Amino acid sequence: MTATQERPSDAVEMEIGRDRRRKEDQRLITGRTRWTDNITLPGMLHLAMVRSPFAHAKIASIDVSAAKASTNVVDVLTGADFGEELGACINAWPITPDQVTPGHSPMPADRVAFAGEIVAVVIARTAAEARDAAELVDVEYDELPAALDLKKSAADEVLAHPDLGTNKSALWVFDSGEAGTGGNVEDAIAKARTDGIVIEREYRQQRLIPAFMEPRSVVVDPTGEQLTMWSATQIPHIVRFALAATTGVPESKIRVIAPDVGGGFGGKLQVTPEEWIAWAVGRRLGKPVKYTETRSESLMSAHHGRDQWQKLTLAAEKDGTVTGLKVELLADLGAYVAIVGGGVPVLGAFMFNAIYKFPAYHFAVQTVLTNKAWTDAYRGAGRPEATYAIERLMSELAAEVGVDPLEIREKNWIKHEEFPFTTVAGLEYDSGNYEAATAKAKEMFGYDELRAEQKQRRDAGDPVQLGIGISTFTEMCGLAPSRVLGQLDYGAGGWEHASVRMLATGKVEVVTGASAHGQGHETAFSQIVADRLGVAFEDVEVLHGDTAISHKGLDTYGSRSLVVGGEALVKAADKVIEKAKPIAAHLLEASVDDIEFSAGRFSVRGTDQGMAIGEISTAVFAAHNLPDGAEPSIDAEATYDPVNFNYPHGTHLCAMEVDTETGAVKMRKYVCVDDIGNIVNPLIVSGQVHGGLVQGIAQALWEEAVYDDAGTLVSGSFVDYLLPTAADTISFDVEHTTTPSLTNTLGTKGVGEAGTIASTPAVVNAVVDAVRHLGVDDIQMPCTPERVWKAINGPGSGGATEGAAMPHFDESEPGQSSTEGAGA
Amino acid sequence: MIPAAFDYVAPTSVEEALAALAQYGDEAKIIAGGQSLLPVLRMRLNAPEWIIDLGKIESLRGVRDDGDAIVIGAMTPHVVVGSDALVAEHASLISKAVEHLADAQVRHRGTFGGALAHADPAGDLGAPALALGAEFVIQGPGGSRTVAADDFFVDLFETAIGEDEILTEVRIPKRTGWGSTYEKFVRVAHQWPIVAVAATVRVEGGTIAEARIGLTNMGNTPLRARAVEDALVGQPATDDAVRAAAAHAADGTNPPSDLNGDADYRRHLATVLTRRAVLAAAG
Amino acid sequence: MTRITLTVDGASVSDDVEPRLLLVQYLREKLGKTGTVIGCDTSNCGACTVHLNGTSVKSCNVLAVQADGAEVTTIEGLAQNGELHPVQKSFRECHGLQCGFCTPGMIMQSVDLLNNNPKPSEEEIRLGLEGNLCRCTGYHNIVKAVQHASGQEMHA
Repeated sequence: MTATQERPSDAVEMEIGRDRRRKEDQRLITGRTRWTDNITLPGMLHLAMVRSPFAHAKIASIDVSAAKASTNVVDVLTGADFGEELGACINAWPITPDQVTPGHSPMPADRVAFAGEIVAVVIARTAAEARDAAELVDVEYDELPAALDLKKSAADEVLAHPDLGTNKSALWVFDSGEAGTGGNVEDAIAKARTDGIVIEREYRQQRLIPAFMEPRSVVVDPTGEQLTMWSATQIPHIVRFALAATTGVPESKIRVIAPDVGGGFGGKLQVTPEEWIAWAVGRRLGKPVKYTETRSESLMSAHHGRDQWQKLTLAAEKDGTVTGLKVELLADLGAYVAIVGGGVPVLGAFMFNAIYKFPAYHFAVQTVLTNKAWTDAYRGAGRPEATYAIERLMSELAAEVGVDPLEIREKNWIKHEEFPFTTVAGLEYDSGNYEAATAKAKEMFGYDELRAEQKQRRDAGDPVQLGIGISTFTEMCGLAPSRVLGQLDYGAGGWEHASVRMLATGKVEVVTGASAHGQGHETAFSQIVADRLGVAFEDVEVLHGDTAISHKGLDTYGSRSLVVGGEALVKAADKVIEKAKPIAAHLLEASVDDIEFSAGRFSVRGTDQGMAIGEISTAVFAAHNLPDGAEPSIDAEATYDPVNFNYPHGTHLCAMEVDTETGAVKMRKYVCVDDIGNIVNPLIVSGQVHGGLVQGIAQALWEEAVYDDAGTLVSGSFVDYLLPTAADTISFDVEHTTTPSLTNTLGTKGVGEAGTIASTPAVVNAVVDAVRHLGVDDIQMPCTPERVWKAINGPGSGGATEGAAMPHFDESEPGQSSTEGAGA
Repeated sequence: MIPAAFDYVAPTSVEEALAALAQYGDEAKIIAGGQSLLPVLRMRLNAPEWIIDLGKIESLRGVRDDGDAIVIGAMTPHVVVGSDALVAEHASLISKAVEHLADAQVRHRGTFGGALAHADPAGDLGAPALALGAEFVIQGPGGSRTVAADDFFVDLFETAIGEDEILTEVRIPKRTGWGSTYEKFVRVAHQWPIVAVAATVRVEGGTIAEARIGLTNMGNTPLRARAVEDALVGQPATDDAVRAAAAHAADGTNPPSDLNGDADYRRHLATVLTRRAVLAAAG
Repeated sequence: MTRITLTVDGASVSDDVEPRLLLVQYLREKLGKTGTVIGCDTSNCGACTVHLNGTSVKSCNVLAVQADGAEVTTIEGLAQNGELHPVQKSFRECHGLQCGFCTPGMIMQSVDLLNNNPKPSEEEIRLGLEGNLCRCTGYHNIVKAVQHASGQEMHA
């Protein structure tokens, strides 16, 4: 690998496709980053939250007197102290007109609905003093029965919100027969029961925690008329809108800044009680305030992800040709319907049929309220769940038919010559080539050799068995065509905005409404603009994440920034060129019709006369000599609304070793060949794929948010919520095939979520494949050694996770002799 | 999160430390490396009024040869123990247990005596200490006393160290020529072991002459697997013989059930890991 | 309050601090060295890793008073005379960071790892970084960055 490559002087190398090192990195590797928690303002006060230890309880009384008397405490406020000024946490996507949606106050005054909910806020001169005082707030609770188990809650055994009368929030259904996109699934299943194959399974999508590395933090600065909020958020524009909509402050008075943001993965796609409380306190006191959560608070009260039961019925002919798919989901919303909320499973509704030609399809999701942390988007949001279900089912079908799992997929997938293809879920896949990706992956993997080794180990009865897992995934990304979102009753559009400012010195400022939090937009977007305008990569500056600079945008999630935001950028850049053209013609004393633009230069056709675009910028700045009536600006902006989703796909192959004596699993090899269309920066893409893979692998093997019977989050620290480390993971073999997307100028597809969506079923398929000959056809995620061992040694998929943590942190009082002596 | 406020004293001698303990009594907590204590304080699971820091007592650091034993000062950081030649030669079980204890940063800061005195049953050093027959030198107002490893671990996070006493050093009888293995089972690398087995055996002419086995996280304290030890003596170091003996690994244990596995699974793990550890140690 | 005097990134500093103040809070709040960050409260994540007297420690798991008299190096003191440390360069070169929040700790631990083992194998690198969590990179390019900094060939 070489260092930064020089542009050859005699040829213009295209920026798109280059492995540019990131512009973002200098500040990140030297510690000059601007995290929200780094911000200190004169006179800034600090907040500490008092949180409910109970999952469901009435607040009988709150005594704040001792806390108020504590050193350097400015005030202690409860829900009762605030009225409407607190605003509300919004649900932007009521998935059905009759959705049952509990009111969501950032700080309820009467009743708490999950353990971790905020009941009071302490404001003090230092964070430590705020915490000291928070310990002194005396809250009396009357405990209420808590709705915890998803299935029991769906049966309304205990109500999460008694006044609603039910836990069932919304039932959202898609049926291909009714929609006219396919046949009737019940007919297909009935037929398969008589002369075909029916695979019926129930899979668990365990509850996960996004666990971004930077804990959330918010600073509110009320300066005169205006209010500024810095927040570790993925969605500054949406936060600004929601603050205006729910707190009555005019949108024009609000500036929201997402400075450097340390990861999100959907977890910072939220309007949070902490933001809203800080906002209200800042407004009330007229002082800058800061709140930064601890990791424990983050795990407990930042939104969680997944948490579904999936009841699945797949119908096929005897030869393995699929004829129908029926999906019935229970989705746990937690205590409230979050900003996307029930929309998360709906985002998966169109993806269960995946790359396969199902003639009939039925999808239904029942969303359910419980007394646990609310759930919302987590990397992939709905699509990992769908991909897991279908890719597990296809491997089960292969086992039933008795053929290689790749063969069953090939039999059923859309052939490359069949694109564009309208699926049974009603989506039009514009392009793809599953054959090519699979062939490449098989070769890289050494598929046949590993199958031979697998057979050898089986025959020899080796205690360590080998399994091969497959996932031939696709996903819909690039959220989203506004028209489609409207049809789905989403509360906003899916466009993105960009503007290009041509500076007097020839430099270029690009403003995007996308809001990066680790993705590398500054670099990739610079490459796009450098090519489009023919300027140097280094001369492009990308601005984002501040609503005063980027006044318009819909932020970053759903693998949308490049395919929607990038396209807006292309359109804005093209407008710059169009605006500059008549000026160039004027300055070159030629007809506009004779002006050509190429590689950053306007030239007069058939002559050697020309001007660089930067020279035009300078001339426009001076404005001394412009065409009559010309506006002295070639700046331009564009708002792009995508016409379709785009559909990355790929083939992932995973080899897992399973120690049948202990149930321990170990990854041996992982190959993926993703088709994400044209690639702007292969280095950034590789990073997105690697990181996505590990998050998906972590769902398969390690992560699970577990509550005990009282509704306390047991996996409430990184001791018990197991993120993998470098020592638990391997290096991956990542390649690509390229079938350009036909729905955007650059031919790109999203990549942010692909790895996560694809990898989970590949890993579980591999683990199950390793022990299928021992009578195992399912292991519940995460595939802990205990579950694997129990699946091998008994019926079932390994059972539930014990709701208890190891007691490493001794809670004894001082002097009670436990760690007396040389304490660890 | 920040700990509740406390006062701090950093004595420079054991005598000063004992005096501080006597003065502040049950309002005080001793900090050694602090790698387990500080998270507890940060999460405010405990709020002592005084912290007595042993970090400035130089006499508590280091490893020395003392004839038939090696002596490890209580405040010796894990990283020093793990790379010490005396330890590697005479108590290799310790070197192996320390190698993967927690992570590098914690090994730089955490101390040998601190970890043992913390007495987390999932800690990596208790089982090796039992298997090696370590002796704990504890100093109090009345002088020094020595407690055998078998008597040191009393209960969950509780040891034989009295409220007015300090662990000063750990004596480990030399077991030169013994084979040893620390077999640790985790789901992710930085985790406390779900179960671990510390085995050290002496093989004479293919027969196991002596065996000492310690179990990590199989009860409220680290435990000796005495039934296995007894069953191994006189047996050939073969897979079958060791398997039969190791089947007793969970006898008399009372392992916990938690997120990582229930008690039955831990009992099963103990038998597998014990077999593997003994075979490796005998190898 | 307890008076402490120490050297941080080459500069001598002295302050009265509450004994409960963590070293990382001292660095961030008293010295403005916000390059070192706090990612958890159980010392699992390693984002706060600094060098204390030449070896890596988690600065959230050390009291400021315990660092009295010590020499501390943070991510902000790693570059010398405007020249990035080779490990810093390698992280950029190999795309060993995305959001960058774990990066200061990851780099400080990698430097420590290479100080002790200048030519580590992939496995040694992976084990050496087991005390540092990253949520973005899947570790692949971090491992490559450390290999690259050690002058060794890299996995593709």
